[in-house]
Amino acid sequence: MLANNGIMILFTLLLALMLTIMPMPISVDAFRPDWVLIVMCYWSIALPTKVNIFTAWVLGFIIDVLLGSILGVHAGAMAICVYIAAVNFQKIRNFSLWQQALIISILSALYHLITFWLEHFLINVPFQISYLYPVMSSLIIWPWAFLLLRKVRRHFLIK
Amino acid sequence: MLVLFCSALFIFFDHKMASFDTARGYLQSLVSPLQYMANTPKQLLTWASENITTRKHLIEENQQYKINELKLTQKLLELDIVKAENNRLRSLLASPLRVTTKKMVAEILSVNNDPYSHQIVINRGANDGVYEGQPVLDEKGIVGQVLHLGTTTSRVLLITDLTNAIPVRIKRNGIRLIATGSGNIDRLTHNFVPHSTDIRQGDLLVTSGLGGKFPEGYPVARVTLVDQDESRPFAHVVSKPVAEIDRLRYLLLLWPEKKTTIFASKPKTKKHTVKKVTLKNKGNH
Repeated sequence: MLANNGIMILFTLLLALMLTIMPMPISVDAFRPDWVLIVMCYWSIALPTKVNIFTAWVLGFIIDVLLGSILGVHAGAMAICVYIAAVNFQKIRNFSLWQQALIISILSALYHLITFWLEHFLINVPFQISYLYPVMSSLIIWPWAFLLLRKVRRHFLIK
Repeated sequence: MLVLFCSALFIFFDHKMASFDTARGYLQSLVSPLQYMANTPKQLLTWASENITTRKHLIEENQQYKINELKLTQKLLELDIVKAENNRLRSLLASPLRVTTKKMVAEILSVNNDPYSHQIVINRGANDGVYEGQPVLDEKGIVGQVLHLGTTTSRVLLITDLTNAIPVRIKRNGIRLIATGSGNIDRLTHNFVPHSTDIRQGDLLVTSGLGGKFPEGYPVARVTLVDQDESRPFAHVVSKPVAEIDRLRYLLLLWPEKKTTIFASKPKTKKHTVKKVTLKNKGNH
């Protein structure tokens, strides 16, 4: 994973993790995009040989520790979403930017629903529509994140 | 498949058996640099806003503080007299005296953004003597308790979290209740309150000290809704936390005095020891 400037992948993932836990005003906080999921999806579509489900699982696990949720919840959800993206990487690559954004938003919805289902199953949390707000913001963020990450990949010649 | 199995295993062991508490502590300290780093932009902003204030504003603030200090010292004097009186009365009743507790100020590191649980991270950890289950409050009332420990950071479970419940009593008449978190930041619910309970809107709920985790008498919540609908088995009571949970910045950690019971009063134990000594002396003879 670290060969051919692969360290940049780690750096982007670390940045995504930091954005995930950065304190924000309460009104904006519900709209925080799934940074880690977006970055993970990009790398698994662009370089499926370097980034795999196990990486996704480890990152989900770190999110679990950072957020203090039950260990394994975010890890499992992240692994499932990235699995779907990685299996269809050739199809997703050929879509236009906005089609990709739609697919990412669907993955993000799945991610949040899986975490909600697990938490509901474990500690009985009631459903609130605000849990799905990040789907919208992820949809809007994806094109910009995609272009930026592609620039990073080309500039550092990550293969 | 293996990955899913792994997470299922982790979920089971973490949730049902709580067997990761020590490992969690290590993981928590491992990721704490990340938390400090994520917190720096906010700290920079607050630093900037604190430094770029006008002189006039500062003078006004200073005056306000002076007035406040005057008021507080006056109250403190009153409190000293009342405290002495209380201790005298307590010694008359042969119940244990209240010892002043150790306190420490902590700052919030990053507000957790997991919508399913209400937790915050503070900048004190095991190195500062924090322990699990420790009560945490702000200047208004109880905020929560320490959930996981790291070496330099720790995680606080707020009273509004779904999995948290805290024993309280009504300040007005001493009726005991349990305040359970609802998952909403401004609501606590109370289960199993009989219809005949004397509880009214606006009642202040304070910690009852039962359960041994929280010290007695700190404000927790104010009752906002009492619905005594006879068709339901219990009254529907909702309250709002006194502490402004969504606006926390500085917190207070408390080290409660050692547990004392009403029955273990000081004179009695002295007598016991005296008796024992005399018995031993007899034995020696």
